[in-house]
Amino acid sequence: MTSNSPSEKRLEELREQAWKDGVVPGKGVDVAGGPIPRKPGYYGQPVVKPPVWTWEIPLYFFFGGMAGMSAVIATGSVLFHHVDLARAAMWLAVIGGAVLSPILLIMDLGRPHLFLNMLRVFKHRSAMSMGAWILSAFGACVVPGLIALELHAHQVFPGALDQLLRAAAGIFIFASAIFGTLLATYTGVLIGATAIPAWFLHRTLLPIHFGTAGLGSAAAVLELLGHRTPALNFLGFYAAAVETALLIWLSVDKHGTADRAIHEHGSGWLIRIGEILNGPLALVLRFFSFGPMAALSFLIGSLVSRIGWIAVGKVSGSDPESVFAAERY
Amino acid sequence: MIGEGIQSTNQRKHSYVQDRVEVGFFTDPSVCIGCKACEVACKEWNHVPDDGFTWSGNSYDNTGHLGASTWRHVMFLEQDRQKGNQVTGPMSLDDDPFRWVFLSDVCKHCEEAGCLEACPTGSIVRTEVGSVLVQNDVCNGCGYCVVSCPFGVIDRRPEPLHDAGGAFKCTFCYDRQKSGLVPACAKVCPTESIVFGRLDDLRARGAERVQQLKQSGYNDAQLYDPTETSVRGIHAFFLILGEPEAYGLPPKPQIPTIYLKSAWTSAFATAIASIIATLAAFALFS
Repeated sequence: MTSNSPSEKRLEELREQAWKDGVVPGKGVDVAGGPIPRKPGYYGQPVVKPPVWTWEIPLYFFFGGMAGMSAVIATGSVLFHHVDLARAAMWLAVIGGAVLSPILLIMDLGRPHLFLNMLRVFKHRSAMSMGAWILSAFGACVVPGLIALELHAHQVFPGALDQLLRAAAGIFIFASAIFGTLLATYTGVLIGATAIPAWFLHRTLLPIHFGTAGLGSAAAVLELLGHRTPALNFLGFYAAAVETALLIWLSVDKHGTADRAIHEHGSGWLIRIGEILNGPLALVLRFFSFGPMAALSFLIGSLVSRIGWIAVGKVSGSDPESVFAAERY
Repeated sequence: MIGEGIQSTNQRKHSYVQDRVEVGFFTDPSVCIGCKACEVACKEWNHVPDDGFTWSGNSYDNTGHLGASTWRHVMFLEQDRQKGNQVTGPMSLDDDPFRWVFLSDVCKHCEEAGCLEACPTGSIVRTEVGSVLVQNDVCNGCGYCVVSCPFGVIDRRPEPLHDAGGAFKCTFCYDRQKSGLVPACAKVCPTESIVFGRLDDLRARGAERVQQLKQSGYNDAQLYDPTETSVRGIHAFFLILGEPEAYGLPPKPQIPTIYLKSAWTSAFATAIASIIATLAAFALFS
């Protein structure tokens, strides 16, 4: 029975298309497995595995980076005799690097009770192994560094012992700064040296971003705690300027399909929002002397962009076309 | 080879572990019948837990992909290509070539293995026979091997499955091999599409089989064994018909450690720049 009504015409069109093409794609109808699959790769299955990491890891990147770079600020403060700022920075380094970071990392393990196995071997070719050792060394330096600094600042012991504490504080704080810079930057190596296309294509940018975001975050938290010094303001400017440059780099250095997770999807928006908050917006706010606002903007931005980079890994790792396209680079 | 019966390398006892001989798998889709005996044998012998069942709608493949609880995976490819000297035309309305290819996928046991390099606990090791093994009692489930495998093989097993939290993949039946037995999947393969044996023998056999198939009209038959990339070849290699992409195999897989140098250089430069910026800040404004 034929009819001239539009709905019947539509059904006849569908029948014709099915006869001609062998398959009828439509909204909400998955024809991937149809007579001949039309999805990229093997039925659109991921070629590499996306990361299994959950919310703990971006938070660890955030706190670890902030704590590591706090130790650098503490070293600067000690050298130039800002004892109060040094104490605050060391407290930040201990809370972030020796308390929160290990807790977050252990929580993310599939078998948290075996966390000590991280220190079974030392493998310089594994960024995860290097990270475990860097974090341990950092913890082993910041905790005695803070104790010695506090004992010295409060003049708990008299005379020669106090001089000894002063020297010990200096050595431990300097060592913390060295391991701290590595703690803040190795995370970029960690995700940069993987099989995930959007990550390994940006392996040079990632350590710069993570390290600088760590330095800016440390300065921002110290400013928000009331240490509104010109030195921290300068560091705020420096970090926001570098982040602005990285935002431009990321928008220019595009790899098409291979790193589309950075420019498309929700993951792309997270990266963009994060980078604008800790780049241009923080820079402009600081330029017009809205110090605390700039600090807050930078902090939120560096947290959001860390969440964004993990999200990018999940999207990019699940996308077979990205993996095939990335092999050209 | 088919017809060799108990003389086949798949059925013979061996002493490869004691003799430290490199062994491998050669998997040949041209004789695979898609029975999935390899998947069943693997799960049964290795006590790999049932991770649920879903209809995929993708041909006869309801397994999906390799993972923590799937160490053998039979792929079912449907392609509008001619298979060998297949005759097309009279059976259908027009010239309409079609082929159905089955290939049993497995961990590649890379010459340079991304998972092994990435593992921070030393849980993943290289065995006497050149295979890559996860020592499960050592693994703490950090998940770094998962993103370091260029083939997406290894994965962390989720709750509530048995032994959840650790990373799992094909063991090459190391336990069986130590006792002179052949890996379970090869042992059960009825057509010897999966062949177990000495790696050098298998490579020669693979090259021979490609020639044979080409003579029979399989013009796009080739070996998938990326010896030219940083992976430097795989111990479980495949014969494939057509491009590797269709099998979800990366044409040029790379071991992620090749990215370490540029990433660490960038990290050290950032570390030094941060120290200089901080010292400059205090020197200028104190």
